[in-house]
Amino acid sequence: MSVAFSELRQKADAEWLSLTAGDKPWVRVGLGTSGEAAGAEEAFHAITESLGLDANVTLVGSMGLCYAEPLIDVQLPGGARVFYANLGADEVADVVGGHIKSGRANADRAFAWHGDERPEGLGAVTRLSELPTVRVQTRLATKLAGDIDPRDLSQYIANGGYSALEKALEDMDPAGVLDEVKNSGLRGRGGAAFPTGVKWGFLAPNPEPVKYILCNCEEGDPGAFNDKGILESCPHTLLEGLILAGYATNSSNGFIFIRQGHTLPIENSRKAVQDAYAAGLLGQNILGSDFSYDVEIALTGDSYVAGEETALMEAIEGKRSMPRYRPPFPAAAGLWGKPSNINNVKTLAYAPTIIQNGADAFKSVGIESTSGTAILCITGAVNRPGMYEIPMGSLTVREVVEDVAGGIKDGKNMKLFQAGGPLFGPIGEEGFDSPIDFDSIAKTTGSLGSGGLIIGDEDVCAVNLTRNLMAFNQFESCGKCFPCRLGMTHMVETLERISQNVGREDDLALMERMGASMRMGSLCGHGQLGYNPVASALKYFEADFRSHMDDKKCPTGACGEGQMVTPSRTRP
Amino acid sequence: MSDGITSASDESPSSDELRDRSRKALQSQRQPTVTVLSSLLAVQDDLHYIPDEAIEETATHVKSTINDVWSVASFYTNFRFTPPGDHTIDVCWGPSCHLNGAQDVMNRIHSELGITEEGETADGKLTLRYSTCLGACALAPVIAVDHHMKGRISPDSAAAVVGKLKDAQ
Repeated sequence: MSVAFSELRQKADAEWLSLTAGDKPWVRVGLGTSGEAAGAEEAFHAITESLGLDANVTLVGSMGLCYAEPLIDVQLPGGARVFYANLGADEVADVVGGHIKSGRANADRAFAWHGDERPEGLGAVTRLSELPTVRVQTRLATKLAGDIDPRDLSQYIANGGYSALEKALEDMDPAGVLDEVKNSGLRGRGGAAFPTGVKWGFLAPNPEPVKYILCNCEEGDPGAFNDKGILESCPHTLLEGLILAGYATNSSNGFIFIRQGHTLPIENSRKAVQDAYAAGLLGQNILGSDFSYDVEIALTGDSYVAGEETALMEAIEGKRSMPRYRPPFPAAAGLWGKPSNINNVKTLAYAPTIIQNGADAFKSVGIESTSGTAILCITGAVNRPGMYEIPMGSLTVREVVEDVAGGIKDGKNMKLFQAGGPLFGPIGEEGFDSPIDFDSIAKTTGSLGSGGLIIGDEDVCAVNLTRNLMAFNQFESCGKCFPCRLGMTHMVETLERISQNVGREDDLALMERMGASMRMGSLCGHGQLGYNPVASALKYFEADFRSHMDDKKCPTGACGEGQMVTPSRTRP
Repeated sequence: MSDGITSASDESPSSDELRDRSRKALQSQRQPTVTVLSSLLAVQDDLHYIPDEAIEETATHVKSTINDVWSVASFYTNFRFTPPGDHTIDVCWGPSCHLNGAQDVMNRIHSELGITEEGETADGKLTLRYSTCLGACALAPVIAVDHHMKGRISPDSAAAVVGKLKDAQ
């Protein structure tokens, strides 16, 4: 172990020990974006400002158990963690204050516990690892989310962080790191599922002195929040992966690309980069090695297409985020004309575990065609929405909905799921038994994409949902390619007509024709896939369209007059 | 958000003041890579909109042209060119929120604010914006009040939020 790293490690271990087994209780409040929306900050302030407790109180990241937020846990010195779910600011005095003052967990409010020994009085309370939302998970990229303060580098290091980087720099050459990633079978998690090692292999041999790894956290897919989830809850996992990618490809610089306005992911990754520089984990001669690497955060304005890899480079250069022509491909001439690789947050966040534990360990999770995990964001009409990291191919959509996400709200039936972002449409019953992995979901009309899984119940009208998706796509067309710009607009107008029961007989054929033009005449996936949502809706839910067109009524009543927001802004 | 100089309901600041504030915002950028886009984001962070003066100052600051700066400013939908109200409410209409009743929330907010579109209330004090995704989809439907997320919103709780903002005026 290098001297530099062993010093970091010693300091981190001492700090961690004092938190977990010191003389004060440790209260952890889960704060991700969803925690913020649930009121976690207010609960945190109520604990720190008014209770006057002799305790360490920390804002940690989100475990992904969003349905339980605000999720707060109390750990008495040397004891187990006791979790309290849906704990608002008005209850913390009673529950958290009471627990610490009495030294006994509140058995009525306890949600789960985690540790070596079951705390006294919690006989009826489940172990965290046995919760239906946790027992199915194998947390590789999100391992420390919710356990540590994402703004504290030491807590990451104390839990094994940066050991992979240290190992790579001490014991492996760049080619060795690249081989390990190749052998792991890692496929890109942005949606295209391209083998990551192969992609890095395009960049590695290029002799240019300035080369870029661009980490894509534009994450514009509504319903997906796992990239932002990693950045806000364990930003150092991503940063370590980004540095490893830089080392493996002999690159000089990295960018973390995030959409403006997402405060927690932006602030936490800025802090991570700043602290990494201060600790010698970034910059010149990292950990005393001869490898140097610089990373910076680049923000983009609101534009969905900025997540497309060539448009992303335009945005970092400060221009309108419109796709470029290919070739040249980014690995040959990318950002500012320099060789570049674009990787999704999740993809890079797997690199530390692959290097630390080896390619074989990574391949032992998941299935032959796709190793590792799927980091799912389940939202919509389910009882337990959240972010769950499950082995690829281990569960079907139906199993995830029923067993993990707790079934459909209000005891209703599941009508559809929508996965892979707004350029994919609703999928019906025939797709429910599809295992969750890239290739199986691709056999339906959907895509695993970035991991967003939106569930619709029996009250959803497929025309209505498709119109919502297409309104998004129309609003977000960058306008560069005429077939996409105009096609999306006509598609929304046509769906609007149908949903209001004034569709014309040839409307379905019209959309199909427009879709063909968009597919052939658009530069990027946004236009090329533009007809997808409609095609998918027609395949599984033609009856919903026929009801609107033939019987002049919405099959579920969801499409009442004016029942849709239409954005008033467009790109000039 | 109410900092005197940049609210739709206040007296408009002089052109010199806007120019000065824009320059300061442009120079406050700490990251190594400064571009047209990063500059515009820095200005809007400070002024909450992009006045014409900022377009000109940005062009000077990054050695670009007014045309190029305007092309970027007009492209990204977060940029606005008139001062917002004292408080801003973002309402998400992405599919997760849509399926959880965002439309009813939106309708109620419209009626509480007395407007039917994005934009400012008649007195210029409150701004309504539509969002394609605020990123807290598991707590749908979601709104944000002055960029602070609020999830599991119902039409009634949305009305209460708007009422509080109105009372705060």
